[in-house]
Amino acid sequence: MDADTSNAGRVDSVLQKIERTRQARRHKFYLHDEKITLSHGSGGKSTHNLIEGVFAPAFSNPLLDAMDDAATFRVDGTDDIDHRLAFTTDTYVVSPLFFPGGDIGKLAVHGTINDLAMAGATPLYLSVGFILEEGFPIVDLRRIVASMAQAAKEAGVAIVTGDTKVVQHGKADGVFINTAGIGLVRASWLMGQAQLEPGDKVLLSGPVGDHGIAIMFAREALDIESDVQSDTAPLHTLVASLIEAAGEGIHCLKDPTRGGVATSLNEMALGSEVSVALDEQSIPVHPEVRGACEILGLDPLTIANEGKLLAIVAPGVADTTLQAMHNHPLGRDAAIIGTIQAEPPGMVFLRTDIGGLRVLDMLVGDPLPRIC
Amino acid sequence: MSMKFVDEYRDPELAKHVSAEIARLSGDQPLKFMEVCGGHTHTIYKHGIEDVLPPNIDLIHGPGCPVCVLPMGRIDDAIAIARKEGIIFTTFGDMMRVPGSHGSLLDAKANGADVRFVYSPLDAYKLARQNPDRQVVFFAIGFETTAPSTAVTLLRAKAEGIKNFSIFCNHVTIIPAMKAILDSPDLRLDGFIGAGHVSMVIGMRPYNFVARDHQKPVVIAGFEPLDIIQSIYMLVKQLNEGRTEIENQYARVVRPEGNVKALQAMAQTMELRPFFEWRGLGFITHSALKLRSDFADWDAELRFEVPGLRVADPKACQCGEVLKGVIKPWECKVFGTACTPETPIGTCMVSPEGACAAYYSYGRFSMASERNRLHVLPITQ
Repeated sequence: MDADTSNAGRVDSVLQKIERTRQARRHKFYLHDEKITLSHGSGGKSTHNLIEGVFAPAFSNPLLDAMDDAATFRVDGTDDIDHRLAFTTDTYVVSPLFFPGGDIGKLAVHGTINDLAMAGATPLYLSVGFILEEGFPIVDLRRIVASMAQAAKEAGVAIVTGDTKVVQHGKADGVFINTAGIGLVRASWLMGQAQLEPGDKVLLSGPVGDHGIAIMFAREALDIESDVQSDTAPLHTLVASLIEAAGEGIHCLKDPTRGGVATSLNEMALGSEVSVALDEQSIPVHPEVRGACEILGLDPLTIANEGKLLAIVAPGVADTTLQAMHNHPLGRDAAIIGTIQAEPPGMVFLRTDIGGLRVLDMLVGDPLPRIC
Repeated sequence: MSMKFVDEYRDPELAKHVSAEIARLSGDQPLKFMEVCGGHTHTIYKHGIEDVLPPNIDLIHGPGCPVCVLPMGRIDDAIAIARKEGIIFTTFGDMMRVPGSHGSLLDAKANGADVRFVYSPLDAYKLARQNPDRQVVFFAIGFETTAPSTAVTLLRAKAEGIKNFSIFCNHVTIIPAMKAILDSPDLRLDGFIGAGHVSMVIGMRPYNFVARDHQKPVVIAGFEPLDIIQSIYMLVKQLNEGRTEIENQYARVVRPEGNVKALQAMAQTMELRPFFEWRGLGFITHSALKLRSDFADWDAELRFEVPGLRVADPKACQCGEVLKGVIKPWECKVFGTACTPETPIGTCMVSPEGACAAYYSYGRFSMASERNRLHVLPITQ
């Protein structure tokens, strides 16, 4: 009995120690690394540390500090919530350039549209910047550009400005693309990762992990035949129908790209000081993706998506939001996957398939670099 | 690629039922079982199995994570090879972040070394064929699970006469490590969950000494949650009936005699080292493999100069005690504070199979919920 009591005391003291460290880290990020490693591009914890350790303190301002997918503001500089613009940028270095379900150009258009859509905005205009490597075949460039033009046309956005740079052979890998975008915010209320409230429901628009696994299979290193296609898709029309259905009940939208659902939900849990409770059984995953993850020892929840969104909504509108997702072609397999709770703040946990409980952390390290 | 078969091994109702049987058979008697294999540790945390088991069952996470048992000096040697001019150094992804005494392979890569991660030694071999003007080295690690694929690759390199390929061999064998743990005076174990994949290669016979000389039961287990829960049930049942035997829960994969072809390929290419250092466990005789002299041309240790120094573990690191099951990961002085998956001090925090990383990623919460401090509500929808 004595051993039990002292053990319980030790558990408590360790938990307190870990909690103190977590708190300290939440407010100050330690970037110990002396050089950039591929982990810094993973979208997971190392990226987080790099942003918080280098970029955020240098550029700090209220719009950036919200750390949402896009900045929203009014052109007249007032704080009014109506008629805001959304502004975002993203850079694409995916390898290979062409993969099942898409290519770097399509991804560059959809990715930036989606960052605008997650701010509740209708995307209007995009810019595009190309970094081309000496020796890159023009025929491939034409293919990529045609794919971008088609993706933009289908999404109803215009590419209105651009830039091109060429670097020596070996100084880039074929082509890198940057896109930026501007959109008009339709939501006349605050959305974002600081707006989660206990009781909210977590909705996921469809099966996770398709993009990351498609890229993995497209790489030569793995000789596995598969039909997995990237899910790359523009999500703004789905967002528009959600806003129409649920209005102010939508507290946060996020597209779980690099780092997957696990990383996105951890960012929200930290941003709103709440906890996220997930039910593993209810999370849709294509059987092929699940099989690949089993074989490779990966967690589908940390794999990238390019055409899925997470919606955190008030409990009263959860069912209508789910219905609206089901009525949209990009949300047919949507599901309610969890609940927001007050305690323990900043953590995501998962009721596992066999009924156990575990912490779901952000992606650490990088199962696969250059997926977008 | 249908994964339907997996669901049968993840039935929550069945898990609850078997767990209740374990509770009934074991009463309140505290029992400590060691899962030797890192793959089991990973499954236990990934599925929250400790949360499903009765509280008197304590799982100790053994030395079966090949990344975790590799001493720092060997990582320094690997980095020394990787830094040499003209080398393509290939490794499993897990190894990239393991800290040596001066940084990891990932850091060496950031500093210009050509380090690439591969999924198998054959992938590394293919790289050698594609790059005839470069020397390709494969960092071979792992137990009898991965050693056969290294062996087969070596046989192929020899048959095809490919000379720009070599192996930095760090393969280890599980039985001597179990012997070392059983001989340790700190030991308070009631039985072993035997490593499924290793046993697929070595079979059941090598475990006989555990029952014969140490009177402990062994149940060789598969890697699905219900495999592990059932193997615990089988261990408890043996103890309850006063038996200590080697049993096979993973009969759908493990044959009593093992995989004779794989063992032959290993015997053709590799031989036991007189001794090898294990992180935390120290030097263990006949516990690791090196290439046979007929394969000296493919032995990176002979081809390239390596420092070969023994490097002491960081003082604060208690990986050794964790690997022997003397302390739980969270009882280590630096767990979760100085040592986290992003800033690992010990190897147990690096690999997802490592007891500390698994505990950090998946277990913190179950520890907390045990203490009823965090008021977890059941998930309802």
